[in-house]
Amino acid sequence: MDFGFTEEQNRFREEVRSFLEEEIREGHWQPACDAWIQGFDPAFTRRVSERGWIGMIWPREYGGQGRSHIDRLILTEEMLRYGAPAACHWFADRQVGGAILSFGSEELKREFLPRIARGEAYFGLGMSEPGAGSDLASLQTRAVEDGDYYVLDGQKTWTSCAYFAHYFDVYARTDPDAPKHRGISEFIVDATLPGLSRIPMTDITGTEAWSDLFFDSVRVHKKYLIGEKNRGFYQVLHQLDYERSGLERIMGNYPLFEAIVQFTKENGLSGDPLVRSKLAQLQVEFEVGRLLGYRVTSVMEEGRTPNWESAMSKAYSTEFEKRLANVAMEILGPYGQLMPESRLVPLRGMAPHSYLGSKGYSLQAGTTEILRNVLAARGLGLPGS
Amino acid sequence: MKFSLTEEQEMLKKTARDFLSEKCPRAFVRQTEESEVGYSRDLWQEMAELGWMGLAFPEEYGGGGMSFLDLAVLLEEMGRACLPGPFFSTVVLGGLTIQDAGSMEQRQRYLPPAIRGESILSMALYEPDVRHYDAPPITVEATPDGEGYRLSGTTVFVPDAHLSDHLLCVTSTGPEDGIAIFAVDAGSAGISYSPLSTIGGDKLFEVSLDRVSVPRSNMLAGPDRGRRTVQKALERAAVARCCEVVGNMQRVLDMTVDYARERKQFDRPIGSFQVIQHYCAEMATDVDGARFCSYRAAWMLSKGLPCSSEVAIAKVWTGEASRRVLDRAHQIHGAIGVTMEHDLHFYTRRAKAAELVFGGADYHRETVAREMRL
Repeated sequence: MDFGFTEEQNRFREEVRSFLEEEIREGHWQPACDAWIQGFDPAFTRRVSERGWIGMIWPREYGGQGRSHIDRLILTEEMLRYGAPAACHWFADRQVGGAILSFGSEELKREFLPRIARGEAYFGLGMSEPGAGSDLASLQTRAVEDGDYYVLDGQKTWTSCAYFAHYFDVYARTDPDAPKHRGISEFIVDATLPGLSRIPMTDITGTEAWSDLFFDSVRVHKKYLIGEKNRGFYQVLHQLDYERSGLERIMGNYPLFEAIVQFTKENGLSGDPLVRSKLAQLQVEFEVGRLLGYRVTSVMEEGRTPNWESAMSKAYSTEFEKRLANVAMEILGPYGQLMPESRLVPLRGMAPHSYLGSKGYSLQAGTTEILRNVLAARGLGLPGS
Repeated sequence: MKFSLTEEQEMLKKTARDFLSEKCPRAFVRQTEESEVGYSRDLWQEMAELGWMGLAFPEEYGGGGMSFLDLAVLLEEMGRACLPGPFFSTVVLGGLTIQDAGSMEQRQRYLPPAIRGESILSMALYEPDVRHYDAPPITVEATPDGEGYRLSGTTVFVPDAHLSDHLLCVTSTGPEDGIAIFAVDAGSAGISYSPLSTIGGDKLFEVSLDRVSVPRSNMLAGPDRGRRTVQKALERAAVARCCEVVGNMQRVLDMTVDYARERKQFDRPIGSFQVIQHYCAEMATDVDGARFCSYRAAWMLSKGLPCSSEVAIAKVWTGEASRRVLDRAHQIHGAIGVTMEHDLHFYTRRAKAAELVFGGADYHRETVAREMRL
């Protein structure tokens, strides 16, 4: 066991920090909660890509840097610590690129990976549907073969970054007669294709966080099928393991943590034993979550796909983010209710925004309940219900 | 960064697990706990032959030259087996404190016999009116007397005092002075022991010192570094206890998952019910959280890195997580788990006792708050 980083890794962390601090100093952006999923900043994504930090773990021949999972952990941890607006590239860097690398044809790898790494191809996810949430395998969007094309009809929902995405990673039913897990395929769908429309949805914080995607006879060339036809459900499980793997699940609202600690010190609340105890408890819980997240990276570094390990980390961590937001609200007292645009608002309104937003953290990418099922079945070997 | 054990640690873990499941079955634990002496001389000797007492000490004293982190692996297995006896007292409290604070001559005097299993050590850390352990007003007094000192006062919760050959005593050398630590021969005139009956079933004593004569050469740490030595001893003790508790929790999780697979109600294993599955998933999260923060603290201690916050985090989390794990374990086991006939009580009682010593959660949260500069 080794809980340390090498000198080279520490230097890399310093390099990332300097870059991000310089970004803030130059006024490019302000640290924000949820910026990894809601901070759309193509210029920032371009500057990150210039440093070789998008797709950094992919092989060089596909535009990557062949770096380690630990380096990517360091990079993302610092991005999250500084609340950097990384949403344009986050999904492709975290999971879609990996899916293409694991299952895609050589042609797809060459077409997409270098462009993702250059910060030119943004991806959104087309997984959930109105009738297929936790029971993803029951999805109804159809993809029917027609010559060299698949014709997609149906609806996807809860797609983040839909308005910025150039492409969507879409799961659709290609064999309606097969058992539901065995009739799904994965496609890359160009966002500009005729028949594809996006309708934004306003979330509980008032942000246009998601969109519905509507597919009306969208013709997708067969070469954009990722992996094998009808193996899409197995591929999505693999991809979800990565979707749940990162520190964004514990550090999505980290800027609020730093801000509330600072607020406590500056407003003479440090002497209150209850406040001290609550913040210390958050620190304990945060560190445990970070270690559960580090373990996931350690598993990947050993060449394994994290499965129940990332389910554990994500389930634990999103519950932590909720508690953090709640403690921040409690410390702020009546000021905790002030929304970002209000007069007298403390901490730029991060606390109520995060409090409300965190209700969704434990739903996306697998609800806490689904994740506990995964952990019980795959991690502990408990029998199916 | 690597979260899996090294090959050497895996081997140590396996050896320990195999050895303890053979030599320390639950019947042995039960019987030893009920005995007055609280350990087995034969088993102690076998453990010494396996090199366990010496594991984390330098080779020059007959030790294995391994690290505190390696010791953590062994402690986890001991916690898993509920191993009774003075290993913790001898190695963690006594030996490592001597290694840390003692002179070459003192180490040479105390460590090799302890490593060979011929001598048992312990440490008296608690005073009667101390609820936690930092900056205690030390009332055990060390008064200069000729070539040495005379020690007087009362300490409590001294583990395995009845077996110990040498007791490390934390003393005050005067109102203006700091804290000094002495190695006291347990057979010295003026020492008396009274056993305490505890929830954990371990052997704790009240130890009274009445003008006990100790030569100057037995002073391990003088007033200049006594407090620091105690602080370090307590950090090691807290982390070591956490590692034992990790073993305890892992065993409880394993037992509970096995039981949930086998136990049938409504014609199906109760482990197929989602509510039971989710309880078990939460337990597993608590166990892994405890393992990682405890091992991280052990890793930092073995590297000599400052780690007050990490130690405190481990103690807060492990204590509270073990309580949650055992609570769920009892709920899943049902009424059989609250009988003396079942094994679960060994773990419940030990985990609760561990929560209370070397600083409880509130105490350590305050340490974390300080480290956050609140």
